[in-house]
Amino acid sequence: MQLTEEEKSMLDGDQGPAVQKAMDLLMRYGNALGAERLVETNNVVASVSATTPFMRDFAKQNGGMDAVFSQFSLDSDEVVSIPKIKAFTTHTQLGFDPEQAARMGVDEETVHFYRKGEAFTTGLGIQATNTCTPYQVGNIPTRGEHCAWMESSAVIYCNSVLGARTNTEGRESVGAAMLTQRIPYWGYHLDENRLGTHLIEVATSIESTADWGLLGYWIGDKVQEKVPVVTGIGKTPNLARLKHFGASASSSGGVEMYHIVGITPEAMSQEQAFGKRKPQEIFRFDAKEKASILDRLNSTGKDTKVDYVMLGCPHYSMEQLWELAQLIEGRKVHPDCELWIFTPRSTKTLCDQNGYTRIIEEAGGHILSDSCSAMSRAMPKGTRVVAMDSAKQTHYLPAILGIQAWFGSTADCVEAACTGQWQGGLR
Amino acid sequence: MIKNADTNKITLRGRCVVPGISEGEALVTHQQISGWGGIDSRTGTIVETRHELRGVSFAGKVLVFPGAKGSSGWSNAFHLTRTFGVGPAAMLFNEMTTKVALGAVVTRAPCLTDFDQNPMDIIETGDWVRVDANQGLVEITKRSKAT
Repeated sequence: MQLTEEEKSMLDGDQGPAVQKAMDLLMRYGNALGAERLVETNNVVASVSATTPFMRDFAKQNGGMDAVFSQFSLDSDEVVSIPKIKAFTTHTQLGFDPEQAARMGVDEETVHFYRKGEAFTTGLGIQATNTCTPYQVGNIPTRGEHCAWMESSAVIYCNSVLGARTNTEGRESVGAAMLTQRIPYWGYHLDENRLGTHLIEVATSIESTADWGLLGYWIGDKVQEKVPVVTGIGKTPNLARLKHFGASASSSGGVEMYHIVGITPEAMSQEQAFGKRKPQEIFRFDAKEKASILDRLNSTGKDTKVDYVMLGCPHYSMEQLWELAQLIEGRKVHPDCELWIFTPRSTKTLCDQNGYTRIIEEAGGHILSDSCSAMSRAMPKGTRVVAMDSAKQTHYLPAILGIQAWFGSTADCVEAACTGQWQGGLR
Repeated sequence: MIKNADTNKITLRGRCVVPGISEGEALVTHQQISGWGGIDSRTGTIVETRHELRGVSFAGKVLVFPGAKGSSGWSNAFHLTRTFGVGPAAMLFNEMTTKVALGAVVTRAPCLTDFDQNPMDIIETGDWVRVDANQGLVEITKRSKAT
């Protein structure tokens, strides 16, 4: 890799051992990729948190949060002192909501350790946004901006909807990026890799958020980590729909970038989306495919008695919480069922102000922040069957928690919460 | 049962992703692997619901797979397999992504990609595989077909 004078100086240790370790990791990572150089970035989305008993014990035995950061954010066995970060960084979701630890089955000691960790990370200059949706709480890069983001559902939104540029980074590479303001110049940082590879012709109506989730899940399975170009969309989707679409495409496959012709910024036309390329393959999504992908997604769902309804994967937007408050106002969650909704902490504050928290709690539901059931492995005690409006979470939860999962619309989920029965499905 | 070592060795050439030399029994999948939520980092076992290797551990194996998919927690999930001592002995894959590159780097197991022949067409689960990532060489000893 070609390094600039400043990068060489960082690698030589002129800015201290932590920056040196960071640059050493970026060199190993860049060489692994086959990258020719690094690119400057001032926008990082990262996880540096330590919310598990394992991390707590690791910190205790190895030298505190500096040891956790050295090993898990810089891949350094040597414990180095971590200085203040150089690149603007927002934090991803955590292993639990520290404000509602008891509900999530997290003990006081773990919360106490988390608080120490949070003081460490905010002290470094990392924003405690604690969400998988940085773009919902003010981290909105501009078109063309080079970023280093973790969280696959955020990465795909960043590239496709915002037109900013990031690869799917991991905990170690973003740790290095925040200390150096550098990331390998590879993949989606380069124009040619952002062009479409596969054409998706949509031949059935895609309107609800659940429809978008299903379409994304189907496309991810078809194209894996390639760049799909979607045509045949009638109604322009809102933030929540594209959030669910991207989250599911990046779960069933590894999609990090897509185009929707006429809607996303690098696809004002099909020609622009593909450049001079021809589609490698053309796939058609019709009503039959839609029914079959729903069946596939619901393959773990057997019992219609639902114990738990989880909303907020990715974290719910303020618009989704407004819709939910309207759907549930005046109703009651069934005594045999629980309803948990996950949203960023700042959005929860807005819900408190708007009165949605009161409406949802009066119905028997709970708004939680900072986490989700997949991240925390927390669910109401005795849960056997969960219902969700997120294809991504439906993909992950059965494997992570060994439970049955149903996927449907937000309205299906509210109905399940209030009746304790799953009655969802395509209509 | 007598294991007759087949002396007919096959050699592949690839590009170094992570330097180092190691060997072990091959574990081959034709499906991409999900890291976070797809593996149990404490045992090195694949847990993804519909994965063909569900319930199988890659600890100490030469993992042969097309590439990575899923969460950006891929690297951390594989990093932890090293921490828990259940990482793969080596990794051979075809499709380069940032997830698999960073994951391989922090797993610190010898790793190659960009092969002269598709390793998934040649290597089968149970074959003995020696990986010299420094030289870009993979040496495969086919598992004996004798019973």
